[in-house]
Amino acid sequence: MQPHTGLETRDLACERGGKTLFEGLNLSVFPGQSLHLQGDNGSGKTSLLRLLCGLALPLAGQVLWAGQPTTHEREGFLRDMLYLGHALALKEGLSALENLHFAAALSGQAWVPDAALQALHQMGLRGREHLPLQVLSQGQMRRVALARLGLSPARLWLLDEPFVALDTAACGVLQELMQNHVSRGGMVVFTSHQAVHLASGDNRSHRLGRA
Amino acid sequence: MSALWSLLRRDLLLALRRPSEVLTVVFFFVVVAALFPLAVGPERATLRMLAPGVLWVGALLASLLALNRLFEADHRDGTLEQMLLSGTPLTLLVVAKIAAHWVLCGLPLVLLAPLLGVLFDLSGDALGVLALSLLIGTPVLSCIGAIGAALTLGLRGGGVLLALLVLPLFVPVLVFGAGAVEALAAGLGSEAHLSILMALLLLSGLFSPWACAQALRIALE
Repeated sequence: MQPHTGLETRDLACERGGKTLFEGLNLSVFPGQSLHLQGDNGSGKTSLLRLLCGLALPLAGQVLWAGQPTTHEREGFLRDMLYLGHALALKEGLSALENLHFAAALSGQAWVPDAALQALHQMGLRGREHLPLQVLSQGQMRRVALARLGLSPARLWLLDEPFVALDTAACGVLQELMQNHVSRGGMVVFTSHQAVHLASGDNRSHRLGRA
Repeated sequence: MSALWSLLRRDLLLALRRPSEVLTVVFFFVVVAALFPLAVGPERATLRMLAPGVLWVGALLASLLALNRLFEADHRDGTLEQMLLSGTPLTLLVVAKIAAHWVLCGLPLVLLAPLLGVLFDLSGDALGVLALSLLIGTPVLSCIGAIGAALTLGLRGGGVLLALLVLPLFVPVLVFGAGAVEALAAGLGSEAHLSILMALLLLSGLFSPWACAQALRIALE
């Protein structure tokens, strides 16, 4: 274990609408590990991911990145982290390529058009790179959002229900992406109701809420 | 800085591909300004007297029209979350949003105002001062309006609340903007009014992005 490079939570507690979703939560993800968050609807999976990336503040406890609270050195943490939420942060008026270009510029990445094209092809969007997103289906739009994974240098991926609306082929591609990321020493935290089997690496799962 | 430019470029590109929103603002301004001379009658002295007030009120209401959509689309599709997590200070990104809003909904009004001023028989000097006062004044409207838009983000019926919030704050801009043209007509010179407008612009330009960023953080939590 390398305690200085991973994501850890210390006694994390979260409350929504006056109801405690979880408390005393201690989780950790280190390079080469993935964490599958499971739980019933409303058990706090999305809330936990939002706490991890810092979009929401915990009721109690801390989120640590490289041993430091993520609120310190926030910029460094944000550069190392990629969050994909329910909302895909895509503009229907822009093409897939333009959306990726904007996402890259926003997170301060260098823009390599060939790499972006390749990422889109990998997600099975060959021939649709320049179409405005409004003519694509829900699943295809999710594929565009997921193409960001292949472009980002982030070490930590926080993915909220990444398998929703994907067909079996795309699910396979996504699993492969996650697999490769983990085996290269990356970290993935994701929520999913599906059973997800990553073939190699240290893959854990955590179930939120009491059964 | 590149995040700033690409955000500005993206907003302009989106507006170019779906121009209805911008056209609504421009159309509203033109219609208001064009209907007044018809309703008031062809008396030149009356028209000259009315012109600054009518054109400024028209511009103010027109720029209010597009305000509540300033952050709404980005909020709905999750872009705002990504902006918060981008590592670029949100205050700077808000500057780009406000700048894009002004280029789309403020600048066309500045360019159209001298043309519409002709309908009111304004002199060449007065047309110049009118355009100048709008050039300084409309960015103030965008800055102040953005705070209201950020505060009312995600509220139902936010549009009405937004108008109630920002209209009182628009009043000084209106008074000194229209006053600049009137002062010129009265032979007093418009420098004082324009200087005060400029001061308002500096103040709101400094304060507004920061206030918007704070309000957006609260809205997203």
